[in-house]
Amino acid sequence: MKTLLLGNEAAARGLYEAGCRFVSAYPGTPSTEIAETVAKYDEIYAEWAPNEKVAAEAAIGASIGGARSFCAMKHVGLNVAADPLFTVSYTGINGGLVIAVADDQGMHSSQNEQDSRHYAIAAKLPMLEPSDSAECLEYMKLAFELSEEYDAPFLFRTCTRVAHSQSVVELSPRVEHELKPYEKTPSKYVMMPGNAVKRHPIVEERTQKLIKYAETSGINRIEMGDTSVGYVTAGICYQYLRECLPNASVLKLGMVNPLPLELIQEFASKVDKLIVVEELDPIIETHLRSSGIKVDGGKNLFGLCGELSQNKIRKALGMSTASFIDFGETVPPRPPTLCPGCPHRGLFYTLGKMGLMVSGDIGCYTLGSLPPLTAMDTTICMGASISGLHGFNTVRGAESAKKSVAVIGDSTFMHSGITGLVDIVYNKGISTVLILDNSITGMTGHQQNPTTGKTLKGEPAPAVSLEKLCEAIGVKRVRVVDPYALDELKAAVTEELNALEPSVIIARRPCILLPEVKTSPALYIDQEACKGCRQCMTIGCPSISFNNKKAAIDPTICVGCELCTQMCKFGAILKKEDK
Amino acid sequence: MSETKGIMIVGVGGQGTLLASRILGSVLIGQGYDVKMSEVHGMSQRGGSVVTYVKFGEKVYSPLVDQGEADYILAFERLEAARWISYLKDGGTLIVNDRRISPMPVITGAMPYPDEIVEKLRAKGSKIIASDALSLANEAGNAKSVNVVMIGILSALAEFSEDVWQKAIVECVKPKFLELNQKAFSLGREYALKSL
Repeated sequence: MKTLLLGNEAAARGLYEAGCRFVSAYPGTPSTEIAETVAKYDEIYAEWAPNEKVAAEAAIGASIGGARSFCAMKHVGLNVAADPLFTVSYTGINGGLVIAVADDQGMHSSQNEQDSRHYAIAAKLPMLEPSDSAECLEYMKLAFELSEEYDAPFLFRTCTRVAHSQSVVELSPRVEHELKPYEKTPSKYVMMPGNAVKRHPIVEERTQKLIKYAETSGINRIEMGDTSVGYVTAGICYQYLRECLPNASVLKLGMVNPLPLELIQEFASKVDKLIVVEELDPIIETHLRSSGIKVDGGKNLFGLCGELSQNKIRKALGMSTASFIDFGETVPPRPPTLCPGCPHRGLFYTLGKMGLMVSGDIGCYTLGSLPPLTAMDTTICMGASISGLHGFNTVRGAESAKKSVAVIGDSTFMHSGITGLVDIVYNKGISTVLILDNSITGMTGHQQNPTTGKTLKGEPAPAVSLEKLCEAIGVKRVRVVDPYALDELKAAVTEELNALEPSVIIARRPCILLPEVKTSPALYIDQEACKGCRQCMTIGCPSISFNNKKAAIDPTICVGCELCTQMCKFGAILKKEDK
Repeated sequence: MSETKGIMIVGVGGQGTLLASRILGSVLIGQGYDVKMSEVHGMSQRGGSVVTYVKFGEKVYSPLVDQGEADYILAFERLEAARWISYLKDGGTLIVNDRRISPMPVITGAMPYPDEIVEKLRAKGSKIIASDALSLANEAGNAKSVNVVMIGILSALAEFSEDVWQKAIVECVKPKFLELNQKAFSLGREYALKSL
């Protein structure tokens, strides 16, 4: 049966067909839908882990326990999971183990565009890279076969344009793989120096065997055509290249680590010039150059930044591109914004008004940094709001602590905020932390987390109490406020900033987009009462605009949260029943 | 079969462009085409500019439509039409919901919203079908069905029979909202047939 699937859905289907039994993941665009799709299969246990390191370790444990196992994360998540990654390379596996990492060339939804292929090289792990949904399914199944054949965890690299593109796949039934027996083997699984020293040469031998596989298996294939130029490429770049040059000679790599040097040599000998087409870093190019293979073009043509497209390749190769119409005027950008009714809006309005230094984090609330709120000073990575503020205030002193806060979401706090808070308490810091608890993982599209009381499969689960957790860490000043109540919120922040000890304020209100959240009818402006003072515009609500020097509310998107009502000194913003 | 064709669906995050692309994908795969569609999830969905690329033909490689390559652009808002017009192929058609949704730089007063966008685009020689899809959606019963009104308009220009589209809507829409969306589709289709 042929069907259209997202790359992520196809990868999930591959897990199903491969007989995978255990999946653990932390949501991260563009990887999230793999675990969400897998959760629909009753045959597979699937969970959200609190972070990527835990997801990887859980999958490693399940593999040692004998099951075909899997974990998924976005590129920056692999940084979090890097610790187990490097050592599971030494231990190898019992049941097949695949670790998916989704890169985000072009940073559609990320804080950097690091190239995950570096990890494959550094951790000495094989990496497959599919170029469309059909290959996502095929390579996933292959990765499990190879993982068991070579006693190696396999990395499975995608990118936004593969993970979030739909293309045609053919479905097959699931092949069950029973649990393999578990035998206690400390020499393989206890990585203390005496054992690890013996495992390292095994890793190196494994790489040599994998190179042989890469040289001869069909996963890396030569497609001969016009021999004036030969192109070496992999993943989505193959598709862009083929779109531009359907008749070119191409060596398509399905396995991007280790590389098949003899095959590449053979290909190079059949063409006049060799060009490497890859996004981000010159991984393939550098390897070829250092191995003495002459490369006639690569990063000098395509650059190091962002994603490619068919036109970018055409331009780099000196080919013509289609003509087009230009609007001819500046088109204002449309950056993402906090939704109408978002509980974060009033909070960032308040922090901005108070002139505080705001140590930020990763989530929807990062949008609090954009105009007109502009209430965020830093965003580095998951969890850095709290630990970063601790460092900031430690060097700048108690006065700084009175004028600064950390903001972090519920899911991000569980991911890696807890340890930062421990750092503050343990080292006698006095910083103030705001946990923006909207009862869901928001930015990635509503995933459950340990505080929400539900699992990935939608089953009821014990919910971690943020209050009790913070108290247990040793924070004596823990309080909960409603971020819609601006006066109360401001009073709470002022009080906690002045306390000479660590404080946690939990700003609690569920995400407005959750199905269980009831919204109110749209508000409207009393045109006579409106003085055109623009005070309601300072909260940056997309439903409020200005027409003829008066405010106007778009009834199709206003959810009646009444945040703007609290801004208006003239009582000009009314509910339907006020009429 | 002929060369690969490209359609773009552009709009504002939250306008339901993903459902529109799913209906379109279902139609195309039902016609036996190779199909690829590239979507944007994550941060841009929060009220930002969103784009979905749909490619179909005998064999499709890149899932992206590049500048000058789109046979059709469905713009759910007119500023987005201006933003993406450079992707329209020479001789391609722009289908635009002639409605203004101000982006944050306009709301804050940092930048003006360009006036007479549709007229200016028409003056540049673009083939345009402009509609008030929001009113049609409201007539169908829900403002959120703008996406299916737009699909209805596209259906009137495409070579596939109406049945094919109706079948795709049944496949892609939750039964609870089926009647509403069928009505939205018909209103869009009728509007386009009248204005052609």
